[in-house]
Amino acid sequence: MTVRKNQATLTPDEKHAFTSALLELKRNGSYDRFVTTHNGFIMSDTDSGDRVGHRSPSFLPWHRRFLLEFEEALQKVDASVALPYWDWTVDRTTRSSLWAPDFLGGTGRARDGQVIDGPFAYATGRWNVDVRVDGRAYLRRALGAGVAQLPTRAEVDSVLAMPVYDMAPWNSSSNGFRNHLEGWRGANLHNRVHVWVGGQMSTGVSPNDPVFWMHHAFIDKLWAEWQAKHPQSTYLPAAGTTNVVDLNDTMRPWNNVTPADMLDHRKFYTFDTEPAAANQR
Amino acid sequence: MNKITRRQALGTTAGALTVLGLTAAATSVATSAAATPAAAPTPPGTVDEVYQGRRIQITTGGGGHHGGHHAPDQPTVRIDGGELHIMRNADGSWISVINHYETFTEPKLLARAAVRDLQGAPLVPFGGMA
Repeated sequence: MTVRKNQATLTPDEKHAFTSALLELKRNGSYDRFVTTHNGFIMSDTDSGDRVGHRSPSFLPWHRRFLLEFEEALQKVDASVALPYWDWTVDRTTRSSLWAPDFLGGTGRARDGQVIDGPFAYATGRWNVDVRVDGRAYLRRALGAGVAQLPTRAEVDSVLAMPVYDMAPWNSSSNGFRNHLEGWRGANLHNRVHVWVGGQMSTGVSPNDPVFWMHHAFIDKLWAEWQAKHPQSTYLPAAGTTNVVDLNDTMRPWNNVTPADMLDHRKFYTFDTEPAAANQR
Repeated sequence: MNKITRRQALGTTAGALTVLGLTAAATSVATSAAATPAAAPTPPGTVDEVYQGRRIQITTGGGGHHGGHHAPDQPTVRIDGGELHIMRNADGSWISVINHYETFTEPKLLARAAVRDLQGAPLVPFGGMA
């Protein structure tokens, strides 16, 4: 069974295995297909039209399935690898070991935003940004430049306290847990982290930066924490909603998986620290 | 090419010219709208300005947008002729493919943010491999 660990706890060998598997997916072409898929959804998901991957209730189950598919691809390269998660409420500075040269490398240089150390620096010749929205083929970051602070644990807890999963109109203007976690409303959790990292992470082709997966693995864990805190709450809407993926509707692009199939992460993986159910506290 | 665009993006001369360019464009839009309201009114939201050495053009009500998923009245934003994919949020704010997780109150501010992020780089056509 796959165990997803906090990135801060990985051993040097685990970090090396993870980055090596990423580089192999990049080399064999698998990686860029994930970037293309994500960008396709982010450009077509609209508040007033069909919406699946973002700005809608299925934001969470869609990304859970997307990460599962990516993790399976990594495990075809190295069966020992699991997606780590980045708890940005704790590891919240540019000095975090996450950004060290033996893991993801650091922020971009001032002149052009180019990441110049770590396994994903352009000069290595192993991480060309091919699925892109502008002419630049190098990985870029501007840690902390687009927004000064990552979300705090108190802000996360305020969102986890929201008992209703999602609400009409089921988009970026909704009240409820999903939209506050996604960040279009309120304290702004998920969206703000993309902006804090900067570079490709702030664009539609954000999976070009490997930190995308660790960010979303933590968002996914927060969904599990919310479920444990609110065992009586569930995914909404239940049925019959135009342009929106209901509980038992299938999700594009897979067309054979529903939000209901994604509700229990323990069918697929566990976390190093499993969220305790509210009634066990 | 990279050297040229980088110089354009970073040059202080280009920055100073930008201020003049903004003023000129704003004046010209206001004048033409006031002088010929019946003949060829400038649609609200239309912008043609030079910002940090890049030409930003925003037109409304026209075609030229790919795909069928956007509202027909959505503006088209171009930077040096390349189209910037933009989207309107339910609350009326805007995002672009360059700044996809940060909202802006109007397309002009969105376009300027994209120019700052691009640091002289050209946009590439939507969704494709460059």
